[in-house]
Amino acid sequence: MFAFIVSRVLQAVPVMLAVALISFAMFAYVGDPVAIMLGQDFTEAQRAALVSDLGLDQPFFVQFLRFIGNAAQGEFGLSYRLSRPVAELIGERAPATLELAFCAAIIALVAGVAMGVYTGLYRNSWLSRLLLTVSLIGVSLPPFLVGILLILVFSVWLGWLPSFGRGEVVQLGWWSTGFLTWSGIKALILPSVTLGLFQLTLIMRLVRAEMLEVLRTDYIKFARARGLGNRAVHFGHALRNTLVPVITIAGLQLGGIIAFAIVTETVFQWPGMGLLFIQSVSAADIPVMAAYLVLIALVFVTINLVVDLLYYAVDPRLRIGRAVARGR
Amino acid sequence: MAPILDVRDLRVEFPTRRGTLTALDGVSFAIEPGEVLGVVGESGAGKSMTGAAIIGLLEPPGRIAGGQILLNGRRIDNLPHEQMRRIRGREIGAIFQDPLTTLNPLYTVGDQLIETMQTHLDLSGGEARQRAIGWLEMVGIPAAAQRVDSYPHEFSGGMRQRVVIALALCAEPKLVVADEPTTALDVSIQAQIIALLKRLAREKGTAMMLVTHDMGVIAETADRVAVMYAGRIAEIGPVREVVKDPRHPYSTGLMASIPPLDRRVEHLAQIDGAMPRLSAIPPGCAFNPRCPHVFDRCRVERPELLETGATRAACWLYDPASEKQAPEALRHG
Ligand SMILES: Nc1ncnc2c1ncn2[C@@H]1O[C@H](COP(=O)(O)OP(=O)(O)OP(=O)(O)O)[C@@H](O)[C@H]1O
Ligand code: SF4
Ligand SMILES: [Mg+2]
Repeated sequence: MFAFIVSRVLQAVPVMLAVALISFAMFAYVGDPVAIMLGQDFTEAQRAALVSDLGLDQPFFVQFLRFIGNAAQGEFGLSYRLSRPVAELIGERAPATLELAFCAAIIALVAGVAMGVYTGLYRNSWLSRLLLTVSLIGVSLPPFLVGILLILVFSVWLGWLPSFGRGEVVQLGWWSTGFLTWSGIKALILPSVTLGLFQLTLIMRLVRAEMLEVLRTDYIKFARARGLGNRAVHFGHALRNTLVPVITIAGLQLGGIIAFAIVTETVFQWPGMGLLFIQSVSAADIPVMAAYLVLIALVFVTINLVVDLLYYAVDPRLRIGRAVARGR
Repeated sequence: MAPILDVRDLRVEFPTRRGTLTALDGVSFAIEPGEVLGVVGESGAGKSMTGAAIIGLLEPPGRIAGGQILLNGRRIDNLPHEQMRRIRGREIGAIFQDPLTTLNPLYTVGDQLIETMQTHLDLSGGEARQRAIGWLEMVGIPAAAQRVDSYPHEFSGGMRQRVVIALALCAEPKLVVADEPTTALDVSIQAQIIALLKRLAREKGTAMMLVTHDMGVIAETADRVAVMYAGRIAEIGPVREVVKDPRHPYSTGLMASIPPLDRRVEHLAQIDGAMPRLSAIPPGCAFNPRCPHVFDRCRVERPELLETGATRAACWLYDPASEKQAPEALRHG
């Protein structure tokens, strides 16, 4: 088990290095940070001082190593646009994005799995057909359109839910949470539905397809032939066997939720990292962009690791080491 | 003795877009307590379909469209789902063909045994576990007390089929439907599995419907044999008679073409043609286009099972009223 985790973590290292290289390359080749930071009027001495301050006179790989060293400590320098430490900016914005992504993921997983199981078990019922039709719309509408439609219905026409922002937040140490106030919770609903909808329909369709597949297998027939009840057959035997592929896709999709958050945050003016990223892109604020990139990569790598661990927990066939040790 | 299983005039249909297919038509047979009935016939004859109808697990849209199935004298073909579920496993055990796919890969064999027993019997977790170990020992799994916590993939094919047998028997049903229990196994293991099944059935007094392509297995294990053709029973009788001295022209061809060991009977060496598809079963005797003894009546009237002396065969040659009677060669092998 421990060796398994270590090997997976080691596999993640090259991925993270590659991403670090890309974000570092942005520093080196996109725009000229010195020109941006100095503005219009500067002397040659000021310029030289800044260049050596930023370490830009060092050889490439020395700069890269220093970049990695700093990045590992969460140190990405100053934002060109706001002249504040990037880590601080991201730290302020991260809770908003993470809470949004968390809610969206929960909605997508819980509703997606439940609806997938239902439509798999009762594939001819009218509700299943309705869900499948609606889900087609769900996968084909772009998220920004979904967001705008939801705003139109629930904010403009019905006036039930706010159309932008996080509502009131409560500060817990450095973490600002919207979960503790009523207005914060109301503000979360539309954006998280918008963000989770695509993944929800995807997970639902996947679970349904897997359920149909598994329900045809011999071990399900045999479970029925042993006289097990519907509940045991459907949930104990069938659903559990659909989990391995579902975990894979759901894991990737959860990474996607954080990446997609950019669009949703823009539509809802959600003060998260995605909005920060968009603002940074238009201002060519390289340090923020680089940090964001590394962070997203880190999220993906972490999710992958968790997915692997879940496989291990769900499917005994992957615990090969143990089987061999025990002797077949 | 009252039969444990009594199938009367069973008819199974599959409604399809192009009309209704009749997969089983007028199938009747009985199995006595402790008796082993072998069921043979070419691929597609309806052997598995018969087993599925008995355990109440026909694949939709297939359905029982006529006849009755009685278990211990009680009709079970029209029971509500929940009551039929309680019969499966408890009163009728089932053994499937491929042990590599019949066990759920995500649960230990012990969990699957315990789950089955606790579904049907009033057992505490500890008792069920003890019994699970006992069953694994009984089906010949070495070091059962440790292996009870192993997953299916940690066993070989033969060992897995032993586990499947334990699962089928663990709630002590009085009837077992075994559909080609050795077909998917190594030849070297088949005999062991059959010997195990035979021994357990005898020890527990379990009756068995044993579907197989292996005439060797039939000869060694079965008390009586039913030969199926195109969804009907062609001949049924004591194993010695049907295997050594078959009376129905189809059985004669089938026995004469017994392949070495266990190869499937796809085409009969002695008889030209192939079994008709369900959508094209000829009127009269279903075997008439291939039968070397065919005469006029066969193409018009469908034969019932008729006494032939030692067996009963669905063949007009054995009706004294027919214009043609069975030749000596058929009557005595
Ligand atoms: N879902 C279905 N729809 C229509 N026909 C079916 C269906 N399932 C099976 N059949 C037909 O029913 C007939 C009986 O099939 P069955 O599986 O009982 O044959 P079998 O005697 O067990 O053959 P095998 O030796 O190959 O196992 C076959 O002709 C098959 O094509
Ligand atoms: S009834 Fe006629 S066709 Fe059918 S097996 Fe007997 S002789 Fe042949
Ligand atoms: Mg079959």
